[in-house]
Amino acid sequence: MVLNLEQNISLAKHGNRRELARLLSIIESGKKLPVEESNQSWVLGVTGPPGVGKSTLIGVMIEEWVRRGEKVAVLAIDPSSPKSGGALLGDRMRMTSADNGESVFIRSLATRNHPGGLMPFLNPMINLLSYCGWTRIIIETVGSGQSEIRIVAFANRIMLVDGPDRGDIIQAEKAGIIELADIIVINKSDLPNADNAANSIKKSLEYSDKNNDIIVMQTSSINNNGISELIEKLDNLNVNNERNLLRVKERLISAWDHKLLSNPSLDEILLDLQSGEINLDEALQNL
Amino acid sequence: MSMRIVIAKPGLDGHDRGAKVIARALRDAGHEVIYTGLRRKPSEIVRVVMDEDAVAVGLSTLSGAHNVLIPKVCEELISNNMGDVIVFAGGIIPESDREYLYSLGVRAIFGPGTKTSSIIDFLETISERRDSKLDVGVGEKTGWRWS
Repeated sequence: MVLNLEQNISLAKHGNRRELARLLSIIESGKKLPVEESNQSWVLGVTGPPGVGKSTLIGVMIEEWVRRGEKVAVLAIDPSSPKSGGALLGDRMRMTSADNGESVFIRSLATRNHPGGLMPFLNPMINLLSYCGWTRIIIETVGSGQSEIRIVAFANRIMLVDGPDRGDIIQAEKAGIIELADIIVINKSDLPNADNAANSIKKSLEYSDKNNDIIVMQTSSINNNGISELIEKLDNLNVNNERNLLRVKERLISAWDHKLLSNPSLDEILLDLQSGEINLDEALQNL
Repeated sequence: MSMRIVIAKPGLDGHDRGAKVIARALRDAGHEVIYTGLRRKPSEIVRVVMDEDAVAVGLSTLSGAHNVLIPKVCEELISNNMGDVIVFAGGIIPESDREYLYSLGVRAIFGPGTKTSSIIDFLETISERRDSKLDVGVGEKTGWRWS
């Protein structure tokens, strides 16, 4: 198995999709692949509340990128059921245009209730995709909590999507996603109130010096409005150093969380803490 | 044993209630289910199974075109070197059409009135057969079928 991996990776690099799909499963199962860390990967994190049209928007963005000669890979992440451990992965049904042609690859991922979420696998997956020649890598997740922020923080560019008339952006502000975002898109601009939503976001960003370079724009996936401008903006994005630092910090925290939650003596220490045998400082020492 | 399973709606057929019920039942049984949505071409379904590295694909059809669409999925899986993928079907497929589909490598056909628990039992059985290296994929020796 180990002997063949290099060969499998080489096949995947030369366009064998099935090998690529299998290698992603191997990473997901916890094995390490001999692929070098790359800091050249182009990775966009896409997040936002449920129902604002993230998957559909990504679907039309893929078409535009493919027209421009890019190779687009999407990792669409959905939560696993905490009860059964199963998952219903339906993001790709909104990206149907992507199931033809060799320049698109979509993989649905469940969070699988791993300690610390998907973190340990995201970087290796990104490295593999990048090594195999995928020039645009997109990570999609529903942005509703801390763990999702951590997921998008593995991207080096972040796009926040919202709908008109929702006000969810305020929630995003609370969760701290706005501080990480490079671009905020009001999707479904064909509906009334999109202008208002975009303006109120622009206004709220003006109050802060830190966020005044965040791009705010409108798109509509059903009539393709704003899509090529969006691609243009993303392709020419200057990655803001300050935000980059925040993202690196999120990644570090999630790696730390993972390490903590997978510590073999965690259960023991928790019991000792519960019974009062040790205090928090001592618990930290023991870990 | 948790598996990755594609639930697909091939062809021009707008009835997805059954497929969605199945998808949910499989999720509740601990599987990861990738649902394709309506009106997919056989080639697109094969593509989804490939990219998602799925173990099995369930084809739901109520349009009457099962004798055209299901064989196409089976053939394309085999020609893409994916003969180890398990194919099962459901929807409105008359008894008289089933033998032909079984002969192509389909391992189970679930009609109206099927309990979701029997589909879950089927998946457990195919998982055991895979582990014991018994024929169960679409491109492997036919003969065994769920009954």
